[in-house]
Amino acid sequence: MNAPAILAIPDESAFIDTRFTVPGMRCAGCIAKIEWGLAEVEGIEAARVNFSAKRVAVRHSRLLDEQALVGALRQLGFEAQTAADNPLAQDDRETKMLLRALAVAGFGMMNIMLLSVSIWSGLGGVTRELFHWLSALIALPVVAYAGRPFFASALMALRYGRTNMDVPISIGVILATGLSLYETVTGGEHAYFDGAVMLLFFLLAGRALDATMRNRTRAGIGALLGRMGRSAGVIQPDGTIVRIEADRLEPGMVMLVAAGEALAADGIIEQGRGTIDNAMLTGESVPEQAGAGDTIYAGAINLLDPIHVRVTAVADDTALAGIARLMDEAGQSRSRYVRIADRASRLYAPVVHSLAALAFVGWMIAGAGWHQSLVIAIAVLIITCPCAMGLAVPAAQVVASGALIRNGLLVKDGSALERLAEVDTVLFDKTGTLTLGELRADVGGLDEEARRIALALAQQSRHPLSVGLTKTLTALRIAPIELSDVRETGGSGIAGRWGEVDVALERPAVPTAKTSVALRVGQTSWTIAFHDQLRFDAIATLASLQSLGLRPAIVSGDDPAAVGEVAQELGIEGTGAMKPAEKLAALEDLKRAGNRPLMVGDGLNDGPALAAAHASIAPGTASDASRQAADAVFIGESLMPVALAIQVARRTMAIVRQNFGFAVGYNILAVPLAISGLVTPLIAAVAMSLSSLVVVGNSLRLASAAKAPPA
Amino acid sequence: MNVLAFLIPIALGMGAAGLAFFFWAMRDGQFEDLDGAANRVLIDEEEEPD
Repeated sequence: MNAPAILAIPDESAFIDTRFTVPGMRCAGCIAKIEWGLAEVEGIEAARVNFSAKRVAVRHSRLLDEQALVGALRQLGFEAQTAADNPLAQDDRETKMLLRALAVAGFGMMNIMLLSVSIWSGLGGVTRELFHWLSALIALPVVAYAGRPFFASALMALRYGRTNMDVPISIGVILATGLSLYETVTGGEHAYFDGAVMLLFFLLAGRALDATMRNRTRAGIGALLGRMGRSAGVIQPDGTIVRIEADRLEPGMVMLVAAGEALAADGIIEQGRGTIDNAMLTGESVPEQAGAGDTIYAGAINLLDPIHVRVTAVADDTALAGIARLMDEAGQSRSRYVRIADRASRLYAPVVHSLAALAFVGWMIAGAGWHQSLVIAIAVLIITCPCAMGLAVPAAQVVASGALIRNGLLVKDGSALERLAEVDTVLFDKTGTLTLGELRADVGGLDEEARRIALALAQQSRHPLSVGLTKTLTALRIAPIELSDVRETGGSGIAGRWGEVDVALERPAVPTAKTSVALRVGQTSWTIAFHDQLRFDAIATLASLQSLGLRPAIVSGDDPAAVGEVAQELGIEGTGAMKPAEKLAALEDLKRAGNRPLMVGDGLNDGPALAAAHASIAPGTASDASRQAADAVFIGESLMPVALAIQVARRTMAIVRQNFGFAVGYNILAVPLAISGLVTPLIAAVAMSLSSLVVVGNSLRLASAAKAPPA
Repeated sequence: MNVLAFLIPIALGMGAAGLAFFFWAMRDGQFEDLDGAANRVLIDEEEEPD
């Protein structure tokens, strides 16, 4: 309905599909603008936006290449990158599989319960037998299908000689089903299909909650490498230019990098002067000037004049790929973190097995007969089923992350809350994290006319200073003046004519300490200084972090003087001029000293540190790679969600501990009853479900946790 | 009791139909873009190009 109408297809094979990541879409208007705007472009048949994944799938003619499509998107006002084939597919499959199993178990549970209720209310004779057979008919395929995630995991554990929570679950379910089948065939009085299927349903609910949470915002590491130019124009010996794919470039080739193009490989400038936007690597928002002999890196964007670059490193050897590798390796160490549920199950599973086995052996010795002994053993297995335990963690985490989302913080991973609760040191990046990362211009000295001229000039350029100036002036509701003959000169500035007067935004004649530009109107000249503003609640956030017992510090790749200034203003320690590997080393030192550091950063240069820290948070404006590496992302101009995250994480872990305490207490009470043979498998299943409800109810108390501001 | 011969298959059939519908919806990608669906209602159809 909302997709553009599909026109007659003259030749099916002439169209191909390409997917783009468009991080900038934020509203319904964006969806309409992209889909309709693209549909109007010649050669594009249809475009479909996936808003949740921030992607656009474009069906287009072979004659259009990716560059042209990215260009078309830019004209609509959106930055886009070609996306690799769905990197989410792997995680998605697992969640979908769990959801399907949950649906099947739910279906089975409801139908079997329907039959069981009539049996409990005293149905007898042939009808009872018929109902048992019907239950068996439903339960067998349902258990086979919905039980797969548990059976597979239990088998895997047993194959490596270990045991996990899935082993008692699998044994309990299989035994209960087997015994019920035997009862059905021999026309016995009790069948426990209902207990077995209900168990699977509740456990699957816990698993599905857990998986949904884990996958909420995971994006492929491919997003990082997607920033690198995908091809480059290589100058041939005869002077012609041939476009070559990034992975087929070789050191020694000379690339012609046009304005606005991202570098596909590391190289040394041979010819020309470039203004390079290195924000990807350094997080520095001010572009650098680079001339012949300077080294520039893949992923950097050449803002103005075309330059000739001799390739020195390609593909996996580039600095960017190196950072990706560092992140990957650093992330590995964190994946060794053992989640609290697994730690509990390591102790729990063997105890449950032994208890059930002991109950069986004990009753056999006592002469109860193998049938009754088996029923009691199954009751023990079901009643001790770690259902409440299985829900203890995901239920609390889902409620807590829901509360945090409403406060502007998106937690990506369940184990992230556990790790956030444990941190004792916070390292902040400066630019874009403690500060807003956007240059705001100081336009107080300019009169109305000068402001209008400045805006008219600035909005013609994509230079970060111009963008910052445009933002500041637009926010003040300044309207641009009419100019003629506007042109941009790389490295020096932008000039135009206002009536008969020459106007220009240019590099100041006298270099100043702060980043600034000069606005010239005829003979008059103003200096416009830029500053990177601190987040408005940075000081309050640091205070509440300190009151939570955390030590904050700054680690920045920025100029030490600038870092010192901010550190002094905030009253914390700060180190400047740190390379990505040095940030990583600083974190490793802290970890070796027994600390648990939280890293808060946005730049790609923070990527490895974000992946290596005990826990990490990135602002929503961070590079894709950093958001990918971080455990949580906070949105908006406030820094307070960082402090809130730690406060809520600690409360979550308190609730999780209560849940575990309750589950253990329940077992201590119920297990002796089950072992003494006072509990039938059905009562066991009901008791188990009740205990799950208590755990969920307790977790719901977290919904209000994020409302109280951090102390 | 004869009524059971109809009611039980009907109950099972309706449940199975619901399950099949859910499976279809999942395979068809109905849950792929939940935020998008929430936003698309707000798009003004009048803006549509001719």
